[in-house]
Amino acid sequence: MKLKARGAEMTEIDYTPMIDMTFQLIAFFVILINFADAEQDERVQLPSSALAKPPQAPLETPITIQMVRDGSIVMGGQLYADADAIKPLLLNEQYVLESQDRSATDATIIIRAHKDAKTGLVQNVIKVCQDVGFEKFTLRAKSEAGY
Amino acid sequence: MAVGFKKRGLAGKIPIDMTPMIDVVFQLLAFFCMTLKIAAAEGDFNIKMPLAAPRAGNPDIDQFPPLKLRMQADAQGNLTNLMLAERSFNGPDSERWTQLHNYVASVVGEGSAAASAEVEIDCDFGLKYENVVKAITAVSGRVGADGQVIKLVEKIKFAPPRPPVP
Repeated sequence: MKLKARGAEMTEIDYTPMIDMTFQLIAFFVILINFADAEQDERVQLPSSALAKPPQAPLETPITIQMVRDGSIVMGGQLYADADAIKPLLLNEQYVLESQDRSATDATIIIRAHKDAKTGLVQNVIKVCQDVGFEKFTLRAKSEAGY
Repeated sequence: MAVGFKKRGLAGKIPIDMTPMIDVVFQLLAFFCMTLKIAAAEGDFNIKMPLAAPRAGNPDIDQFPPLKLRMQADAQGNLTNLMLAERSFNGPDSERWTQLHNYVASVVGEGSAAASAEVEIDCDFGLKYENVVKAITAVSGRVGADGQVIKLVEKIKFAPPRPPVP
């Protein structure tokens, strides 16, 4: 009996379904990816609101202040004990704005506070910002489905 | 003289080496997988609060006086009493905010008067912040049936902070 040698013969693999699927995945990730360096701290659980819609255009000069549950403040990646501790940073921001021929009134303070944080502490943050000269504030909330 | 052309049919198929393309595609896939950060969409409520300064001249007649929204809390920070212009809104959490919204809508309407109306939020120091966002949501407007936001009061400010309860 003669046996056929199977050495040189190669089976061709059809790559088409794999490439189709891989490109679908890449397209999915490209659409979802967000390169915006939004300051988000995982310790801050935002309150949710049906009216909180993402802004149409990015804010001109945003300064983000985050408050965790116990009232500590996160600003520029550093943790501070209370609102008074961030005053030097705010003064520095004001100095930078003035060096660019702008003022503190042009900037917007974004407040990302934990949903269980004390409102009085959030108001203290606003008060310290007002003392430095900031006027525009925006309270950030998580978007939820409308009712 | 006859020129001989070679017939290019299926028999003359050139095999394409797919390896580099698949390498690059998988590199891209790995990059996107690792950089993807799933985050919930966030939105803003704008508040303009300049430092209180005495205003020159007579007050504007067309300007609504600010509606004072009083929010009282218990020791745990839960909302116990919600009052707007001496009217109290109590009951289950879901109904309370709807009642407040309907009352504000009846006072200022959803027309041009709403643009000049102002709400001043006066809350206890220990009140949980999520209640403030719920109150702002209730007075700011609602989401219509078509998904569009129907705006109500746009000017919102905080009263001076109350001292913490020992």
